[in-house]
Amino acid sequence: MELIPALHDLGIDARPGEPDDLVDDHEVPCVAFPVSTDQVSAVLREANSRRATVVVRGHGTKLAFGGAGPAPDLLLDLSRCDRLLEHAPGDLIARVEAGMPLASLQEVLHASGQRLGIDEPVPGSTVGGVVATNLSGPRRLHTGTARDLLIGVTVVLADGTVAHSGGKVVKNVAGYDLGKLLVGSLGTLAVITEATFRLHPVPARAQWVSASAQPDALEPLLARLCHSQLAPSALEIDWPRDGVPTVAMLLEGSADGIPARIAAAQAEFAMPTTVDDDLDWPWQLPTRDVARGICLKLTCRLGAVAGIASAAHDLGLHVRGAAGTGVLYAVPGWTTPESLESGLRTLRDLTRQQGGSAVLLTAPALVRRRLDVWGPVNGLAVMRRLKAEFDPGQLLSPGRFVGGI
Amino acid sequence: MTQPAAPIAAVLEQLRSALAPGRVIDDPTQLATYDCDGLLHYRVTPALVVLAHDADDVRLAVRACAQHGVPFVARGSGTGLSGGALPHADGVLLVMSGFRAITAVSARDQRAVVDPGVINLDVSARTRPEGYYFAPDPSSQQVCTIGGNVAENSGGAHCLKYGFTAAHVLAADIVLPDGERITLGTTAPDAPGYDVLGAFVGSEGTLGIATSVTVRLTRTPAAVETFLVGFADTDSAGAAVSAIIGAGIVPAAIEMMDALAIEAAEAAVACNYPAGAGAVLVVELDGPSDEVAAEVAAAEQHCRDAGAFEIRVAANDEERQAIWRGRKSAFAAVGRISPDYIVQDGVIPRTALPEVLRSMAELARERGVRVANVFHAGDGNLHPLVLFDERVPGQAAAAEDASGAILDLCLEHGGSITGEHGVGADKAKHMPKMFTAEDLGTMQLVRCAFDPTGISNPGKVFPTPRLCGEVPGKRSAAHPVQAAGLGEVF
Ligand SMILES: Cc1cc2nc3c(=O)[nH]c(=O)nc-3n(C[C@H](O)[C@H](O)[C@H](O)COP(=O)(O)OP(=O)(O)OC[C@H]3O[C@@H](n4cnc5c(N)ncnc54)[C@H](O)[C@@H]3O)c2cc1C
Repeated sequence: MELIPALHDLGIDARPGEPDDLVDDHEVPCVAFPVSTDQVSAVLREANSRRATVVVRGHGTKLAFGGAGPAPDLLLDLSRCDRLLEHAPGDLIARVEAGMPLASLQEVLHASGQRLGIDEPVPGSTVGGVVATNLSGPRRLHTGTARDLLIGVTVVLADGTVAHSGGKVVKNVAGYDLGKLLVGSLGTLAVITEATFRLHPVPARAQWVSASAQPDALEPLLARLCHSQLAPSALEIDWPRDGVPTVAMLLEGSADGIPARIAAAQAEFAMPTTVDDDLDWPWQLPTRDVARGICLKLTCRLGAVAGIASAAHDLGLHVRGAAGTGVLYAVPGWTTPESLESGLRTLRDLTRQQGGSAVLLTAPALVRRRLDVWGPVNGLAVMRRLKAEFDPGQLLSPGRFVGGI
Repeated sequence: MTQPAAPIAAVLEQLRSALAPGRVIDDPTQLATYDCDGLLHYRVTPALVVLAHDADDVRLAVRACAQHGVPFVARGSGTGLSGGALPHADGVLLVMSGFRAITAVSARDQRAVVDPGVINLDVSARTRPEGYYFAPDPSSQQVCTIGGNVAENSGGAHCLKYGFTAAHVLAADIVLPDGERITLGTTAPDAPGYDVLGAFVGSEGTLGIATSVTVRLTRTPAAVETFLVGFADTDSAGAAVSAIIGAGIVPAAIEMMDALAIEAAEAAVACNYPAGAGAVLVVELDGPSDEVAAEVAAAEQHCRDAGAFEIRVAANDEERQAIWRGRKSAFAAVGRISPDYIVQDGVIPRTALPEVLRSMAELARERGVRVANVFHAGDGNLHPLVLFDERVPGQAAAAEDASGAILDLCLEHGGSITGEHGVGADKAKHMPKMFTAEDLGTMQLVRCAFDPTGISNPGKVFPTPRLCGEVPGKRSAAHPVQAAGLGEVF
């Protein structure tokens, strides 16, 4: 039997792919819409028995992350697994299905004065998509990334096995933390169907203090701000292609505490500053077109942020990101694959010398097919062995991850 | 035909010639001194001890073990409370405590690179002059090692705000169970690839041995305020905790002790806690000065509203130490009021606290033992101390039974069988109560990727480890080489 009718027989909605369902420019023969972990398991059992390859999709906003793979046999769409399963405000935890839009979750949590400390640089993301890509925004300085907030997961392995790790308490060291492995795994290890997070209270007040700095004042400024005792929630930088760097610090806290912290922050900046209730740019990647544009992710040790940002600027990139953690996003003006390749090589050398990496976060499939998206990776051999254990048939998103995993 | 030498004899011979003199111990009396960790009632004498001083010692020892199929167990300071460093009778115990240099500190990068045997508190001692410290602060921090912290994903009173060890480790060098040495992570965040290091942290020595750890340093806060609050009972203290957290305050620490725990601490260190208190809270707030001042005022008000009869704010560091002294001594102090005790470690959703405490008192009473409670109230991590007298027939069994029933109680409320002490040898048998066979089988896949022959700290964490490649329903894995080849096809 064909896959689609077989899924229908299992009571699972499925249809042939449409133009909107392209994966890395490939048409997909089948899109399945399970509504629960059990249905995801049934779909994967069915796919596994046919050795069908599977790509997982939330809202499809970040399908262009990672390497470009061959045409998948099945697109597993989780957008109908979108329920909030539990929110315990008193315990500051929430358990959600992977297809729930992050924004909808935040809306529910906000009503109780709480939030999940994961920003949404790519609008429209599902919770599962944010976990699988480990995308983060400004507030990672304060609350960390998905790896620090995920306290429990339910996953389905390529063969349909349903497994959990962690739980719904914040503190828990029983067993291996599978959640850590799933964060940022781009759907190559297992399918995340449910996630439990620790939450944070929404502070009473938030203000940004920002300043434009001369390029040669950047390093001392960042050094001062990183060393300050202001406990900022974010420390961001934006350096447009033909401009000077702007540095912005987000302070969050109580109505009584914030004014003095703003004054202290202004003293640390030691240059003319602006104070705003909110800024637009820190919440967005420096590219408007995540699906088709090109965006690099540059990381380095904290003390090298100014140097890396300035080197990237000199190479003609628009740089923006978390100056307080060492994670920068950069959009090149390069137009040819050759210039991209050589620019990437230069940035890989530079970031590697500073303990970091240069990853092609997103680019058209054609480009990702031609270039090494990831660069050098520590511990690749163990990663391959993990993949071989979890997905021996190489069915889950083949080719998307490091080393061709 | 010559008799094949016992594998351990072959390992001994190999290491005697490979390692510096004095690093291999096989003298039975010396070996016996390593027969347990902080969980004293499990004892096994190792066949061999290696005193590792550098990564080469570790690599050579592990490789010898791998060659001869001999199990090995890493040991830091042996303060673990779940028998994680319990030796294997036919195996090698690798003692890491002599491998303890802080190799690099960078305040600008907020990083330190340390050997696994470095004592937790020594990292902060070294970096505080520059305004930084290593945030995870297990109560044992004066003696426990970073390697042990990594293996147990240790927490402490302040992890409510600052997170556990996992949030503070950026990179590590690891000797895999086959003797291969790898580096996981980088000094920068978000190293590309699976977060294998994240899975290694908390794996209790079952995935290999850390030989170097890059840790995150945290800026010291501008202000720290500590206060001690007396309540009539644990219910009102619990209500105060809920109110503080419900108001959006994230204390650096919020610890509770019940009447029995207070009694013990008084007997041991005369901490002079509020007289007649049925429960006390130790609350610490830190951060920018004005923020802390605002939070202290709010937190005090919440305590009073919940019925606090005394609030004592530490005026200086000395008074702060005095407040913490009672709390930090509580475990050992119980020895003053009971000849024997079991330290339990379980977690519940914080809001279930009043109900769980009542049930716990009930189950203890039914079994004729007493339970003193000291816990990290902010995150629901309970440390019930089950008090008993071994000389009274049946009491030891009753205490053991009560201790197990407490874990069942935690699980009934959606909690965990361990919040920070780990599973080790002690709680492996409880794992199937918390996880399904599929869950455990899936965790086992991680084990197989690291340690297919199961020689790294066997018998810990998992109740009955399956052989790798024999997990039911699992197809045999593609050979890594083949997988590597496939990588180039796509
Ligand atoms: C009085 C007291 C208070 C305590 N308070 C706390 C607390 O507040 N919070 C908390 O979390 N814990 C606490 N503990 C438990 C214990 O101190 C921690 O688990 C600590 O991290 C263990 O460190 P260690 O060096 O003693 O490790 P060990 O006990 O020697 O070993 C622990 C585990 O780590 C493994 N291991 C050791 N070194 C390595 C290495 N280099 N690579 C890989 N694996 C390794 C061992 O095989 C073992 O499984 C307390 C213990 C005591 C006795």
